Amino acid sequence: MTFDVPEDRRYLESHEWAHETNGVVRVGITEFAQDELGDVVFVELPDEGDSVTQEAEFGVIESIKAVSDLYAPAGGEIVSVNEALFDSPELVNDDPFGEGWMLEIDADDTDELEALLSAEEYEDQIA
Amino acid sequence: MPLQTPPLRGIHDERGAKFTEFGGWDMPVEFDSIRTEHAAVREDAGIFDVSHMGQIHVTGPDATALMQRLTTNDVTRLDVGNAQYAAITDEDGVVIDDTVIYRLPDEDGDETYLFVPNAGTDEATHERWVSHRNGWDLEATVDNRTDEYAMFAVQGPNAADLVDAVTEEPVTELDRFEATDAAVDGVDCWVARTGYTGEDGFELLVPEAEAERVWSLYDCQPCGLGARDTLRIEAGLVLAGQEFDHESNPRTPYEIGIGFTVDLETEFVGRDALARATEAGHEEQLVGFQLIDRGVPRHGYDITNTDGRVVGTVTSGTMSPSLEQPIGLGYVPTEYAEPGTTLQVVVRGQSKKTRVETTPFIETV
Repeated sequence: MTFDVPEDRRYLESHEWAHETNGVVRVGITEFAQDELGDVVFVELPDEGDSVTQEAEFGVIESIKAVSDLYAPAGGEIVSVNEALFDSPELVNDDPFGEGWMLEIDADDTDELEALLSAEEYEDQIA
Repeated sequence: MPLQTPPLRGIHDERGAKFTEFGGWDMPVEFDSIRTEHAAVREDAGIFDVSHMGQIHVTGPDATALMQRLTTNDVTRLDVGNAQYAAITDEDGVVIDDTVIYRLPDEDGDETYLFVPNAGTDEATHERWVSHRNGWDLEATVDNRTDEYAMFAVQGPNAADLVDAVTEEPVTELDRFEATDAAVDGVDCWVARTGYTGEDGFELLVPEAEAERVWSLYDCQPCGLGARDTLRIEAGLVLAGQEFDHESNPRTPYEIGIGFTVDLETEFVGRDALARATEAGHEEQLVGFQLIDRGVPRHGYDITNTDGRVVGTVTSGTMSPSLEQPIGLGYVPTEYAEPGTTLQVVVRGQSKKTRVETTPFIETV
């Protein structure tokens, strides 16, 4: 099975993606990650206004069979949380790179993203 | 130690299954998704490869005596073609394993049994049978046939039609916990109306060499151990290693809620201890519960009372696909065991309001 790895974003080894627009970084998990987890039933996310640092835990995702921590690809203030996931956590399975997004972070330093994996590097990791 | 593999490991891999280690076996955990597989079994039918389950064959003049002394139930109640759920206990009445015992047709005029211990326990169980047979000087042959069989479970409201369509014998006439020798598309199998899902269905013991042929006869959703777990939790059925473990979670059948498998009128290892236990009562018991707050209970999480004092432990938990509610099983002191009692489950440091429920959580056969 091959998994989609969009080239317009960067990746953590722990399978989160980061997509930056004007200093705001949108965060989710990859198609590979949602497939490994299976049916997502619960997502625990921080509140808007909370701060995160790069590679620190920001939340938890639970599928029927497993629990997994979520790690922030960038540091900054959380400016938006995808509340749709609270009622419809399956969006993470259905559309991990789109409607299944989790957070938007107003990044302290977008240069931090340079440290993450490129699409090509992430693809090698999951191959 | 390398993992044992079911005969159809390669077939499942080609079908795109994900695998997991369970009881020393490399078993399919998920073919499509747990939700899809679970729904198929509740609404239609699904097939499971459960070849990790053991098979021990016992025959001879003292076969019945040996079975009677090593299992908690009364095997003399079994006619040929009957199945019985039983526990295997130690001298203290602590459960070592739970098992289903089938009475096979007599062999050479002797009563004959085949029983199914849990994954990875077949060797120890075989040893236990042999050493007790020798110690008691009984005449019986005890044979570990785990490697000779594949075992499949076809489960769900439409399972009977699927099994009937490819089996010469009229298997739909079997009642629950009845079984028969039957030719499945010409393959001699043991077909039992048993299962572990709460639904109607059959379990088939298939000669290892014919496993692929029999597996491919059933045009229904293949299901992995993931769905097997969510289905059995909803049905309130216990799993060895989760709800009890001889070393790390020693429990009597009464604590586990399977006291119905214990017949104190029979003589078996652990009988006297269990007779005393019925008089003394037990302090803790297994209950079902549902989380009222958001969160998913998992094995090992603490259960507290409403004051926040730890009173018990979660043994199994999941988001129930049928109920779309977080449910689980766990041990609590008997004073908290009444359905409707409010407790809390601690999920990552946060107390989640929880209510004790009657099990099974769903309507079962």
